[in-house]
Amino acid sequence: MSAVRTLIDLLAARRDPATLDDHDWEGVISVARAEALAATLAERLTDAVVPPPIAALFADLRGAAKVQQSQALWEAVMARRALAPVGVRFVLLKGTAYAAADLPNAAGRQIGDLDILVAREDLPAAEAALLRAGWEWVKSDPYDDAYYRNHMHELPPLIHRTRDRMIDVHHTILPLTHRATPDAAALLAQSGPDPSFVGEGFLTLNPADMLIHCAAHVMADGDLSGGLRNLWDFHCLMQVYDAQAGSDIHDRDAAFGRLVHRAERHQLLQPFLRARGLAHALYGRERVRLGLFDRFIRRALTARDDWGRTTRPFTRLAFTIRSHWLRMPPLMLARHLWTKWRKGSLSV
Amino acid sequence: MRHSIRLGIGPVQFRVGSDWAQPVAQLANLYASYPAPTGPANATVRLAAARPWRRFIRPAVTIGGDFTIPDALPLPLSMGLLAAEMAMNLQMALGWRRHMLLHASAAERGGRALIMSGASGSGKSTLAALLGESGEWRLMGDEFTLIDPVSGAALAFPRPVSLKNAAIAEMAARVPADRFGPLLKDTPKGDIRHMIPPPAALAAMHQPALPALILFPRFGTELSVARIAPSELFVRLTEASTNYAMLGAAGYNALTRLVQTVPALAVSYPDSASGLALVEQLWAEAAQEPVIP
Repeated sequence: MSAVRTLIDLLAARRDPATLDDHDWEGVISVARAEALAATLAERLTDAVVPPPIAALFADLRGAAKVQQSQALWEAVMARRALAPVGVRFVLLKGTAYAAADLPNAAGRQIGDLDILVAREDLPAAEAALLRAGWEWVKSDPYDDAYYRNHMHELPPLIHRTRDRMIDVHHTILPLTHRATPDAAALLAQSGPDPSFVGEGFLTLNPADMLIHCAAHVMADGDLSGGLRNLWDFHCLMQVYDAQAGSDIHDRDAAFGRLVHRAERHQLLQPFLRARGLAHALYGRERVRLGLFDRFIRRALTARDDWGRTTRPFTRLAFTIRSHWLRMPPLMLARHLWTKWRKGSLSV
Repeated sequence: MRHSIRLGIGPVQFRVGSDWAQPVAQLANLYASYPAPTGPANATVRLAAARPWRRFIRPAVTIGGDFTIPDALPLPLSMGLLAAEMAMNLQMALGWRRHMLLHASAAERGGRALIMSGASGSGKSTLAALLGESGEWRLMGDEFTLIDPVSGAALAFPRPVSLKNAAIAEMAARVPADRFGPLLKDTPKGDIRHMIPPPAALAAMHQPALPALILFPRFGTELSVARIAPSELFVRLTEASTNYAMLGAAGYNALTRLVQTVPALAVSYPDSASGLALVEQLWAEAAQEPVIP
């Protein structure tokens, strides 16, 4: 069995780690590292019996992820110190949000940039406050800068001068040119504070919006890179949502109905249902039959060899093209790719 | 990958994969006297062709693995051994979390460690290699010294010593020819030749040693010794550590203990003979100070 399948089966608890030989472990570790799931796996297998070198490595990975999370949360505190005095309310997104809310997928999750959501009318104030507090522009290219400001759902990335950490300031969750237009005002209005869900006084999206954003991130935006990790997030969030709905079948149906209703409001029902099906197929306890396109997505998600290298270049290319296709209308896409190609910065 | 080998160096077990037979055969030769690694690898190195056809036409090795640098320049296949070494260094620098990594050479005597940190060309590798041949010292490594955040002890990472330029002839005059790898001419770092550590250094590679003296050597200027204050030592060592920041509080505590308990000196020396004599003298003086555990 390929290392990437073994990794998925270990995360899903469908495979007993005691059945892996040295060769299997080496493949699993490399693939897990490439997919940013190594510390997640280490957390999943905390109590499992694994070979001593792997147990030692897993302990290293868990420790490193804890340090990284506390650094990520500190970065959120820094953003709050910059934004609170100018009255900008912000919501944590993605990895930092999961850590702040102490959700199950936060265990071992790698966190890179700090992602926050602010109201669009607050963008100028947020930008000015962050620049005053030591953040600087990463890109100085005028085309990229204008592109971000006119068409994207976030400011051009900012990096902190001394802490060397990146912040992405979003005002909605998909590019403005994307076919779907989520209701950004609703995202902000419905976000906390809910003391059971948010730590340290930070705001996160409400559970339904968090799930829908996660689905949008993996299915509607981007080229599926990091998709296994993002679907793992979705799978864990879905489990929390289902658990909170209770065990009564009517309550569960009603909770799911609210989720569907909310996804429709954000024009993201299809990506949400797709993420749900795929997460179920990859990480659920029982096997699920997938449709043709979903099987194609799974092929792209699992395109890695036992040395952690990407494989299936044409499948991957197809999803890169698809991500651009979804992100902007055809004429604009042509113009964008032409500009990027002339500047020699087109990478597929 | 088509060709692969497992290498155990101190606490690290590498899995090295290659598109070509040659680098793997060279590694097998260089590491033949190392103890066989046990259990699965905890770091993976990949030596792959930059493009499929570059496996055959002007073969070029990209430096890859679990951790890669996006725009690292490929090396010609004749320097495959250097590519492997750089790729292993990269996995350590970016991936290792169990210990605080110091970009430093080290040697052990009487259970205590001498750590030498400095830029490329400072002579830290040559001094460590020379000490390792003296019979009194155990060579612990010429590239990385690992500091255990729990015990404060130094751990060995005794990869073959990467000798450069004039140091090659200097060591060849003292060490039997069968302990050398092939001469790699005109690499980006000049001429390079790897020297296999003495058998005793490999046999004892898992034995920790408490740091007793830290030196910052500088080769090629007249003899001088200057004490380094703990505050300055702290800053210098944060710069010499590749994973200090990533370790968080554990890294801070390990480094604080190191700078508070171990004396540090900046030393300049005109040639290896006087450098060695100076190291022995400073070591003898430091040995009179009690070790603070």
